[in-house]
Amino acid sequence: MPEEVLLVEDNPGDARLVREAMRAANPSIRLCLTYDGVMAMTFLKREGAYVRAPRPKLILLDLNLPRMNGREVLSRIKSDESLKSIPTIVLTTSDAEADIAQSYQLNANCYLRKPVRLEAFESLMKNVVDLWLPNVSLPLAGATRLSH
Amino acid sequence: VPIDILLVEDNEGDARLLGEVLSEINKDVRLHVATDGLEAIAFLRYQGTHLDAPRPDLILLDLHMPKMDGLEVLARVKTDPWLATIPIIVLTSSHSEMDIVQSYKLMANCYLAKPAELKQFESLVRSLNDFWLTKVTLRKERQAAGAV
Repeated sequence: MPEEVLLVEDNPGDARLVREAMRAANPSIRLCLTYDGVMAMTFLKREGAYVRAPRPKLILLDLNLPRMNGREVLSRIKSDESLKSIPTIVLTTSDAEADIAQSYQLNANCYLRKPVRLEAFESLMKNVVDLWLPNVSLPLAGATRLSH
Repeated sequence: VPIDILLVEDNEGDARLLGEVLSEINKDVRLHVATDGLEAIAFLRYQGTHLDAPRPDLILLDLHMPKMDGLEVLARVKTDPWLATIPIIVLTSSHSEMDIVQSYKLMANCYLAKPAELKQFESLVRSLNDFWLTKVTLRKERQAAGAV
């Protein structure tokens, strides 16, 4: 069964790197991509073009996004009864203390800084995949997933 | 820089095992153990004999404990603005779907079910270290304070 991960990332280069690194770490991951905050919320709420979207096991969220930024997305996810239990990992280039503190205050499950070096980036993605997908107990997605 | 971890665990054997495995993997860890929920809250609020307790970088929390159970500790920490930004990892032998969902709803940062087998337990602790103690950006304020 594929493991669905939602990536919210406006930079296509970064999105591609995440996709490749995740695939290398675990080929059964199905990465879904949304480019901005509005699109991410539409996906998670299964509205519009996304009525058949899967409920992701994990969300990787960039902070600086067009239309609706990552802080707003985080705040909406974590105040929504049906979405708040999806682990949401902030993945950003920002190392501003304000961003770190605010993300944890908004109940980000964790805050990861994107490393600049490719090798470090790949190793980080491998750690995410190794810890979160096999070991972390996630709420059953099946109960709320749409039947196809 | 030492990493202060508060382990909230009523089973002495489990606490000792975790301490041994973790100290072999990461020499910087300082493990503090609270044996029930009330003691954990006292530690976090510098009460009683805990006047000089450090603010932990991370909390590892068992769920089923005497006096005050883990879910109550989770709820108290995550609704306290001063403590809410400390990541809490639920580490329990419970695989119950109710416990998993409830923990995430109360804003646990991560839920790890303890495997019964020692080899698997060691591998879980290693993944926990590689991710949470190595890659995750914790609040810098705290890191700076810890260095003083």
